[in-house]
Amino acid sequence: MRRVTTFSQIVRTCEEKKWKFADYFLHQEMEWRRRNGEDSSPETILEKMDINLRVMESSVKEGINGVQSYSGLTGYDATRLNTYRSEKASLGQSIYLDAVVNAIAINEVNASMGLICATPTAGSCGVVPGILLAAREHLKLNRRQQLDFLITSGGCGLMIGNLASISGAEGGCQAEIGSASGMAAAALAEAAGGSPRASSNALAIAIKGLLGLVCDPVASLVEVPCIKRNATGVVNAITAAEMALAGMLSRIPTDEVISAMYSVGQLMPSALRETALGGLAQTPTARRYTRELKQTGKITWQDSKKLPSSE
Amino acid sequence: MAKFHSIFDIIGPIMIGPSSSHTAGAVRIGLASRAIFGEMPENVQITFFGSFAHTYKGHGTDLALIGGLLGLSTANPDLRYAYDRAKESGMKVKIVTSKEKMKHPNTAEVRMTRGSRTVSVTGISTGGGSIDLVEIDGFNVHVHNDNPVVLIFHMDRPGVIASVTHIIGKHRLNISQMEVSRKTKGKLALMLIATDGDIPDDTLEEISAVEHVVQIIDLSEIRREPDAAKALMAKGAAQ
Ligand code: SF4
Repeated sequence: MRRVTTFSQIVRTCEEKKWKFADYFLHQEMEWRRRNGEDSSPETILEKMDINLRVMESSVKEGINGVQSYSGLTGYDATRLNTYRSEKASLGQSIYLDAVVNAIAINEVNASMGLICATPTAGSCGVVPGILLAAREHLKLNRRQQLDFLITSGGCGLMIGNLASISGAEGGCQAEIGSASGMAAAALAEAAGGSPRASSNALAIAIKGLLGLVCDPVASLVEVPCIKRNATGVVNAITAAEMALAGMLSRIPTDEVISAMYSVGQLMPSALRETALGGLAQTPTARRYTRELKQTGKITWQDSKKLPSSE
Repeated sequence: MAKFHSIFDIIGPIMIGPSSSHTAGAVRIGLASRAIFGEMPENVQITFFGSFAHTYKGHGTDLALIGGLLGLSTANPDLRYAYDRAKESGMKVKIVTSKEKMKHPNTAEVRMTRGSRTVSVTGISTGGGSIDLVEIDGFNVHVHNDNPVVLIFHMDRPGVIASVTHIIGKHRLNISQMEVSRKTKGKLALMLIATDGDIPDDTLEEISAVEHVVQIIDLSEIRREPDAAKALMAKGAAQ
């Protein structure tokens, strides 16, 4: 199989062969491993992916049980959200809320020096699994379909990484949370029965929604705004998948959206690319946190250890 | 040119948070330093430079580096307790920060002592968990961890380098990078060899028999270790 480099080619190949994205990317992975002299059987690849999925499951559990970040700045928000979901859920139950709980849980575990699976990075590791673990309940996905979800996400991330960037230092947060959101949108559209064209559109719509998002981590920590931005990435992805499943089309083709993301990253000043020299990282409060961290090694955020009463 | 080839470059690695450059990269600097020192140090002084100096506390970069020195992998949840583990192992740790300007913001120097023996290693975390070593025991080097790398300490005598490369060539291994540095003419020198595939143990043994070769250090472990996650999962971390 020739290695194609654009989404329009992948969609065409999938349509010709009656493949899903997951089939295409699994074949691509087998081919890559074969050429590299590695075990290229689908079973081996699926097994390896299953280990990643099990780590994602364990991170969600750990996060919902409650963890605090190593710096002290963040923590226990997944527990809060989980309680809110089971006791109040003022806006009703939904796949959105379920995915947000998971995403926050995973990213809090990351900040607490817990075990996570990077997707595509540590800062954005809540988006894809957050949606997957919610979608598998709502869509009743079997294990293989769940692994396909990760294969499609991974394949799309590979494309974005090669055509643009998946690093906040290179392309801002649009490259991390934005990419993760695009990957998840494509995989969710597919899991819900959408065509490869729908997945490609979902990816484009999701990336457009977060285009230009800057990377401005407070005190250089992967906590604020990262943790809550995983929730932003989640809702953006689900919404993009819904639009694509309804047949809405991105007016700008997916490949051009990705190159636009690349050029936006190039144009972005370095102060807004992980250096913590701009944006939220330079607000008076963020500067105070930064000073405190430097002097004491911790950030005292009022009461992040104790859960507040429900009001 | 494509930067990423495998879906596991995107979905993965399995790692301890919060950031691949501050955690995984620092663990690898620790693992490499330990491999170079070859035994458990009694005293360690870690100096953080640049952005490491500013943010190591919040990121747990100190825990990660100490964990690496203790042989913990980038996916080992025990990294959180590295200070306790160090105490249990009898390794005393001192953390220092420096204002000195380094070429790369994420730089750490590790000075290990046991008895009268002291070795220093300086490493940089270059992003995504990759590291470069830039100084080993006073020698300036450029070691990347994406290829198997072997360090060969030898006396600076004519013919040593040729004998070593001859052995590697004879075993049909391709050298992708090679570097030789010395501090004083005729004294101890360091030869660094990166190869496309791992150098088998018997080849390394053959090299160690070469006259004037003093010590060989195989750094391939630091590249292979993330698969430790697999063993961990087998132990039922996810239940
Ligand atoms: S703000 Fe920066 S560090 Fe945080 S998730 Fe976004 S890209 Fe990553």
